[in-house]
Amino acid sequence: MIVSISVGAVNVRLTDVWGIVLHHVTGAGSAPSDPALDQIVWNFRAPRVVLAALVGAGLAVAGAVLQTLVSNPLADPVVLGFSYGATLGAVLVITLGEGAALAGLGVSAAAFIGAVAAGALVFALGQQRGRLAPTRLVLAGVAVGYVFLSATSFVQLQATPNELRTVMFWMLGSVAGAQWDQLPAVTVVVLSTTVLLTLFGRRLNTLLAGDESATALGVDVNRLRAVLLILSALLTGTVVAVAGGIGFVGLMIPHLVRLTLGADHRRLLPLTALLGAVYMVLVDLLSRTLTRPNELPLGIITAFLGAPFFLWLLRHTKGLD
Amino acid sequence: MKLTVDQLHITLDRTPILHNVSLEAREGDIVGLVGPNGSGKSTLLRAVYRSLRPAEGAVRIGDDDVWALSPRAAARRTGTVLQDAGGNTTGLTVTEIVALGRAPHHGLLSRDRAEDHQAVTDAVDRCGVRPFADRDYASLSGGERQRVLLARALAQNPRLLVLDELTNHLDIRARFELLDLIRATGITTLAVLHDLDLAARLCDHVVVLHEGAVVAAGPVLDVLTPKILADVFGVRARTERHGDGIIRVLYEAQPLADEEALEDDSRSEGTRPRPAPEPAREPPVGAASTSANEKG
Ligand SMILES: Nc1ncnc2c1ncn2[C@@H]1O[C@H](COP(=O)(O)OP(=O)(O)OP(=O)(O)O)[C@@H](O)[C@H]1O
Ligand SMILES: [Mg+2]
Repeated sequence: MIVSISVGAVNVRLTDVWGIVLHHVTGAGSAPSDPALDQIVWNFRAPRVVLAALVGAGLAVAGAVLQTLVSNPLADPVVLGFSYGATLGAVLVITLGEGAALAGLGVSAAAFIGAVAAGALVFALGQQRGRLAPTRLVLAGVAVGYVFLSATSFVQLQATPNELRTVMFWMLGSVAGAQWDQLPAVTVVVLSTTVLLTLFGRRLNTLLAGDESATALGVDVNRLRAVLLILSALLTGTVVAVAGGIGFVGLMIPHLVRLTLGADHRRLLPLTALLGAVYMVLVDLLSRTLTRPNELPLGIITAFLGAPFFLWLLRHTKGLD
Repeated sequence: MKLTVDQLHITLDRTPILHNVSLEAREGDIVGLVGPNGSGKSTLLRAVYRSLRPAEGAVRIGDDDVWALSPRAAARRTGTVLQDAGGNTTGLTVTEIVALGRAPHHGLLSRDRAEDHQAVTDAVDRCGVRPFADRDYASLSGGERQRVLLARALAQNPRLLVLDELTNHLDIRARFELLDLIRATGITTLAVLHDLDLAARLCDHVVVLHEGAVVAAGPVLDVLTPKILADVFGVRARTERHGDGIIRVLYEAQPLADEEALEDDSRSEGTRPRPAPEPAREPPVGAASTSANEKG
């Protein structure tokens, strides 16, 4: 993280970064000598690195839980339609501009509402005689996603080129706009849902044995699914609201951890959060440096960097299928 | 613990599946549930392990209605091995699968305790899965998996075992081993068995389910009569107690033709290719199974 903070359009020495961060966090040491440097490090770089970590952790944990929840290895916040819901919300606000601002809705709030609305729809449509059936949930998620996507495309057609660029950038994800004051809320949501989901770890494990076995092991499968679906929609909504639609992290990171360290959720979820955070900090670092001084959207790098590695790992893992 | 199923009616998708089913397993008894495919055995078990709420009637474990217990409390009493569990266990080791049996003993906040490890270790050793305890469950053979699932059920420290076709996939020796093991635990057991001969050996009582209703229940020799075997299972067979005290079911090679009742031997004979007029008296297949059993 420190390294990531130090690298950017202006390079800062590691020791300076350390000094500044230490000063702000603990109040130790002297105030930084160069106010411009302090400004760059503490007000621009540090929050975005922290946000990148939170976003990576949140998306990865949501993906891991969704994969178990619908017993489908392909599941993630994108497949279940949450991300597309967020996109529609964001795009609406970006293109409506004034009108939406009047309604008091920012892009983030709209994206959050969109994601949670998508979650609620999937929840409602995934029911079959009062049961949340896994296959039905996935299919409902995909269908809801497509509906939101086509609505988004329709809205985009009405947009000006300038708005389109903003939309495009948002859809591919970025943490460039990170500010300290948005971090507490995101931190609270990501940390608390991750902890809560980890507490459900033992029950998530029983889901791996199949619904009927989980029931026989004393788990109220339907209620568990409902709780997990709500938590993961909230988590995704929060993260996507501040960072845009970043794909592939939610799919790849959980599988990476599962393939290398096992599937017990009590370990899987914390490690997934950690790896997701590290990965996203790295991706953000690359997004700032690869085409300096321009920035690349995160979504481009997550898949471009992650997919080849993921494929390599798949080839070198036995015991799949 | 005692299991009582009391006048159970179950309807799925408006199709009545079970009609007025009652049975009882006394403390420590092994009760075999037999019946042809689709007769409702697995459905009955679902009502016992609290997966299916009956339209009418009750299932009691000890003195409590299972639906009056919380799901976890019911699962602390009942260890279950299912017929086709499904699921996606990629990445879970055998030990982790067995440890799932401890889930009903924990709330959200409790961590693993020494007794959990003890229960898992005991179950792993008892069911002979120690040699592959650290392997990925998905990589096991069918018979090895059945042992692991039994270990998981035993790790629950249950007072009642509910077993659906546990002996599926098991080789002949493993069948006897696991059935001996179950008897040795002394836990009250309700076991669905397709192998009637195995049911006859293992069970104190058998219950015959046919088209969703109990057609006979009681000690093996009283229940698995040639008439029941013919009417319900469509085979010519008889049940005998041998000198070693073991009860065996001796089958004929030839199944009964459709709609043929045992009494109608003479009428239907012309339609059957087999010449033997009195097949029920000399059992060629039974003879083979007898000699195999005597070694065991
Ligand atoms: N959801 C359902 N709707 C309608 N009928 C069902 C449903 N589930 C099961 N059945 C029917 O109920 C009957 C009993 O099924 P069950 O699984 O209990 O049989 P079984 O005795 O366990 O058979 P097997 O020996 O093949 O395992 C079958 O005819 C089955 O087709
Ligand atoms: Mg069955």
